[in-house]
Amino acid sequence: MSGLAMPKPDAETLRRRAEIAADMRIIVPGEGVVDAANEMRAFESDGLTAYRQLPLVVVLPETVAQVSRVLKYCNERNIRVVPRGSGTSLSGGALPLEDAVLLVMSRFNRILAIDYPNRTVVAQPGVTNLGITTAVEQEGFYYAPDPSSQIACSIGGNVAENSGGVHCLKYGLTANNVLGIEMVLMNGEVVRLGGSHLDQEGYDLLGVMTGSEGLLGVVTEVTVRILKKPETARALLIGFPTSELGGQCVADIIGAGIIPGGMEMMDRPAIHAAEDFVQVGYPLDVEALLIVELDGPSVEVDHLIGLVEAIAYRNGSTTCRISQSEQERLSFWAGRKAAFPAVGRISPDYFCMDGTIPRKELPRVLAGMRDLSEKYGLGVANVFHAGDGNLHPLILYDANVPGELDKAESFGADILRLCVQVGGVLTGEHGVGVEKRDLMPEMFNQIDLDQQMRVKCAFDPNHLLNPGKVFPQLRRCAELGRMHVHRGQVAFPDIPRF
Amino acid sequence: MTTFTPSSSAEALSTVQWAAAEETPLEILGHGSKRGIGRPLQTEHTLDLSKLAGVTLYEPAELVLSAKGGTPLAEIERLLAENGQQFAFEPMDYGPLLGGEPGRGTIGGALAANLSGPRRLKAGAARDHILGVAAVSGRGEAFKSGGRVVKNVTGYDLSKLMANSWGTLAVLTDVTFKVLPAAETEVTLAIRGLLDEAAVVAMALALGSSAEVSSAAHLPERIAARVAGGKHGSDAATLLRVEGFGPSVVYRVEALKQLLGKAGPLEEIAGEASKAIWRDIRDCRPFADGGTRPVWRVSMTPSAAHHMVMALRMQAAVDAFYDWQGGLAWLSMREDDPEAQLLRGLIRKHGGGHATLVRASAPHRAALPVFEPQPPHLAALSARLKAEFDPKNIFNPGRMAPGAGSATLVQSTEGAAS
Repeated sequence: MSGLAMPKPDAETLRRRAEIAADMRIIVPGEGVVDAANEMRAFESDGLTAYRQLPLVVVLPETVAQVSRVLKYCNERNIRVVPRGSGTSLSGGALPLEDAVLLVMSRFNRILAIDYPNRTVVAQPGVTNLGITTAVEQEGFYYAPDPSSQIACSIGGNVAENSGGVHCLKYGLTANNVLGIEMVLMNGEVVRLGGSHLDQEGYDLLGVMTGSEGLLGVVTEVTVRILKKPETARALLIGFPTSELGGQCVADIIGAGIIPGGMEMMDRPAIHAAEDFVQVGYPLDVEALLIVELDGPSVEVDHLIGLVEAIAYRNGSTTCRISQSEQERLSFWAGRKAAFPAVGRISPDYFCMDGTIPRKELPRVLAGMRDLSEKYGLGVANVFHAGDGNLHPLILYDANVPGELDKAESFGADILRLCVQVGGVLTGEHGVGVEKRDLMPEMFNQIDLDQQMRVKCAFDPNHLLNPGKVFPQLRRCAELGRMHVHRGQVAFPDIPRF
Repeated sequence: MTTFTPSSSAEALSTVQWAAAEETPLEILGHGSKRGIGRPLQTEHTLDLSKLAGVTLYEPAELVLSAKGGTPLAEIERLLAENGQQFAFEPMDYGPLLGGEPGRGTIGGALAANLSGPRRLKAGAARDHILGVAAVSGRGEAFKSGGRVVKNVTGYDLSKLMANSWGTLAVLTDVTFKVLPAAETEVTLAIRGLLDEAAVVAMALALGSSAEVSSAAHLPERIAARVAGGKHGSDAATLLRVEGFGPSVVYRVEALKQLLGKAGPLEEIAGEASKAIWRDIRDCRPFADGGTRPVWRVSMTPSAAHHMVMALRMQAAVDAFYDWQGGLAWLSMREDDPEAQLLRGLIRKHGGGHATLVRASAPHRAALPVFEPQPPHLAALSARLKAEFDPKNIFNPGRMAPGAGSATLVQSTEGAAS
């Protein structure tokens, strides 16, 4: 763990570990409590495997009442809690703490209701993202957000991270597809936000819960909107001699009023790694490869394929293949979907970054990355969600070479700084977690961060839920609550007044 | 009584800092087009943001637009239209319903009221399109959240929290929204003569098909005559809007006709005539009669709302029409009594949802909760959140819910109403 400071473990809690585990067994009887070190090993990290930590005790509740009692118990005794879904976070959002109960929601794995006329599914938070689609696909429906971990990631975790996926350009993120949740606050109170109606009443707590990375409450039920599957989907595979031309093609597609179902770009190193791995016929003599998928009725898809092909041609594309079968469409995607493991084959380790930039800045950012790659002596391959400017640079390194992990982390941090400099953000879909926590001040000043932490104070005033994530430095709520006013000082005494 | 009209965010900040130091409440105002919604305010001072105006960034190819909080919505929508783009959330104009002129309202107000329209079903509301905000909290601190890119999970989404906060959490000085291409073609398929129950079934069928219906509304008999100047007659009209590229729209409308041909007589309404209908539905024109009799905006599970309305009719005289596949019911009470308790009780009985008393006389708005009262834990959480943003309760105190610091105000308002 390279210099990442986590909250200092509470000695009193550590000392009372056995007693806490015993109390947890009373609240969650049966197999729901794990406290043997060898059995807790499975939970010591999430998708960000560079960081590992055994939790105090692992608790796997089965009912909302149990979740409520666990949280209330911990709140009253000042014990920290780290919630966890499937543990696929790429930013360390579910990284355990030595003195924290790890609250694992995997036993909440049932679909509670499917309502086709109103197009909603009510699911427990441990149901996988793909599990929702599987439950409704026989009727021709699906759940639109499709993070690449969708086989494993849980819908509760999707809410915590506001997960995206390749289809979110057209169909929105988790926040746009969730209608309601039930959640438990750190004090044990159960609240419901939204429901199967549109628009929740009052403040948009659902909006702020989505993407709050497990710091505000524990989701115990989720109501999502499902959509009818498009009649058909076809894709174009377009190669460009420069990334600038590829970027301009993306801008022109959108400029023509077309919002594709998916629009992905890969740079040369990523294309080569993917083609070596899956051999699907990607052109190897191009600098940028664009996959554009159009979905809808076939008459619409055919119409738009023609428009996109013409736009690509005008932008100097050197190759353009159009899928003629479902099999061919899937083969276009196979390389992109295998990009991460493909890069894993050419490098012992890699770091996946997740900045988002205004699309027009792509050439500048790619050039900047090439310079940084030289400076740090580490390779980088790029895959990115071209439609919405979400970059996934994969930094190649070897953890067994002393110093390379640190170098890779510094390289990644510099890339994210560059993203912020050009008007972008630190993370598009993977979350801040522990990974980007200390970079938050690159984007936010202290006042911005304080206001975010005050939101946290309204939900969890003792900072017990998932501390050490998102915020570089936790400030006590009492301190944050103080107002600093200077009576009688008006900087602009001449503001028009009537 | 002072009205502050800052023309820069620094001036807005300074005004709030002064009010926070003096602990004196402010009414936060854009154009005031939605001023009649919420518990009436009795603030000594007003913060008028209409001079804090202007589009600061518009990049059509990036699908992004930023503007100062007081920028007229109409001005922005004109600019977008010139570039073949739009706010896909189709913000409604409360002006006509509340007896004001149409075309007023600011972009900050659109977010603060979480405006949406008939396309809400497919495209969401303002909350689904906001990318970033700069704002001043009741602490007199200027903060920002979000950014200018579509995909962003960096920190809490305080921008969404501004949606539907009705000026009670922060003063919005700058907002950044996602914009989208406007549809090339639109056609509305109308099924005539359906009763509510059959209409709701037909709308659910249409939305459950792959015809990508972007809006679905039902105007019962006689109400139908109150849109588009009455040119479509008074027979009940169940309306399905299909938008997109020409060939696709033709194909999808045909598919809907196949699906719903047996439901009733069908009509196709295209282009400007279609747009006129949806504009009127969006703005609740059927009830924009210049009066002040109570109008409710009710959000429920789409298949449940008309059952609730039927039950309500057993006890109160009410006109109703439906948007959002039936999930948004607009209710106009024929008597002066809003029947708040009765209505809210029936909503709970029919699967839940919420009701907002969007039009009512000031005494009714002072005496009744205009916004749906929340269960205790949720109300307490909302109050804690309000206190974190505005500890001295200086922004629109009591407008949404009687807050801790506004007890005296609530009392005096009620006194004025009696």
